[in-house]
Amino acid sequence: MVDALPSVDTIWEWLECVPDPEIPVVSVVDIGVVRDVAREGGKTIVSITPTYSGCPATSVISFEIEKELRSRGLQDFELRRKLSPAWTSDWISQAALAKLEAYGIAPPSAAGGPSRCPRCQSQDLERISQFGSTPCKAQWRCRACLEPFDYFKCI
Amino acid sequence: MQQDALFEYLLRLGDNTLVLGHRVSEWCGHAPALEEDIALANVALDLIGQTQLWLGLAGEVEGTGRSADYLAMLRDVWDFRNVLLVEQPNGDFGQTIMRQFLFDLWHVLVLDALQASSNTQVAEIAEKALKEARYHLERSSDTVIGLGDGTVESHDRMQAALDLLWPYIGEFFEPDAIDLAAQENGVGPDLSRLEAAYREQLDRVLKQACLTAPTDFFAHKGGKTGFRHSEHLGHLLTQMQWLQRAYPGASW
Ligand SMILES: [Zn+2]
Repeated sequence: MVDALPSVDTIWEWLECVPDPEIPVVSVVDIGVVRDVAREGGKTIVSITPTYSGCPATSVISFEIEKELRSRGLQDFELRRKLSPAWTSDWISQAALAKLEAYGIAPPSAAGGPSRCPRCQSQDLERISQFGSTPCKAQWRCRACLEPFDYFKCI
Repeated sequence: MQQDALFEYLLRLGDNTLVLGHRVSEWCGHAPALEEDIALANVALDLIGQTQLWLGLAGEVEGTGRSADYLAMLRDVWDFRNVLLVEQPNGDFGQTIMRQFLFDLWHVLVLDALQASSNTQVAEIAEKALKEARYHLERSSDTVIGLGDGTVESHDRMQAALDLLWPYIGEFFEPDAIDLAAQENGVGPDLSRLEAAYREQLDRVLKQACLTAPTDFFAHKGGKTGFRHSEHLGHLLTQMQWLQRAYPGASW
């Protein structure tokens, strides 16, 4: 019996099943931390970039990816850290931006702040803190519904 | 660049972020407002993350198998190469924010320059860290302005913090053999050019903050060369390193 090596596209599909450990509604591919899947001989190389240098989710992400690939039967692979180009919130996919908002996290915006409240869509907003519950988020509040919410920082 | 000089240069970068990151983390659970607590903890986290990159590379360059963790947790005070500014105690919140601002301003300038480093790994770490440092600077300069141009009480405290920390700025820009070797090899920037940009931006923020820069240019030195750290660093290390000292090799 010959075990055919899964295609690079198949591996991308598998990786799309790995949720972000801190925002489980989006995958590690959606959030843009998986930069590349390539082959070196029979070995699969997955390049991963951290969102923030100190983000504790980075090691969890590597662990989850490794677990996923092993559970699919892939043996010969390597996860490589890729620092450059540095991660940017521009790499979050369009579909993921909508998922973030539905989850209650305002997606990043080039204007430097959320465009509307993820709950009631009001544009009457105020910043509470430039930082939030994780390195990638800031704290904002809606003046209409009075709810605080996370805003995904634009970097 | 000679391997040992590059190692020293990387230690400086990593020890600055390590020591300041630890200092800032001392606020966790003690800041004057919850939002500030979260902000300080996040800044500390970014700095510790950058430390892993710098000291990780330092260990690679040294080539004797010392990891970032080893360099952080098992070196003694005289082996640290951070500038004296970052080891200074937190003081009140104003003093912490002033120290952060004086550091962030330097940090952004140096990382921006290091993006063009002839050493690709240095350039890549700088590119990553710069985004975080810019965010820190935005916050610390806004807060310096808010408190300096705030109440009489907050203004006086910020002025006192500036007066206290002022003599620690000079060490950033005083080049020694390591800095010059880095500059000659295109690894690091020309510090005198950096200083001009620093002083100009500093003046602008201080003016907005209604604060007066001292006119004395005396500078405390000896941190980045490791020649003479202040007494505060040893105390910081006893707290930061106690676990590895008490239980060598402990991990989870
Ligand atoms: Zn709302």
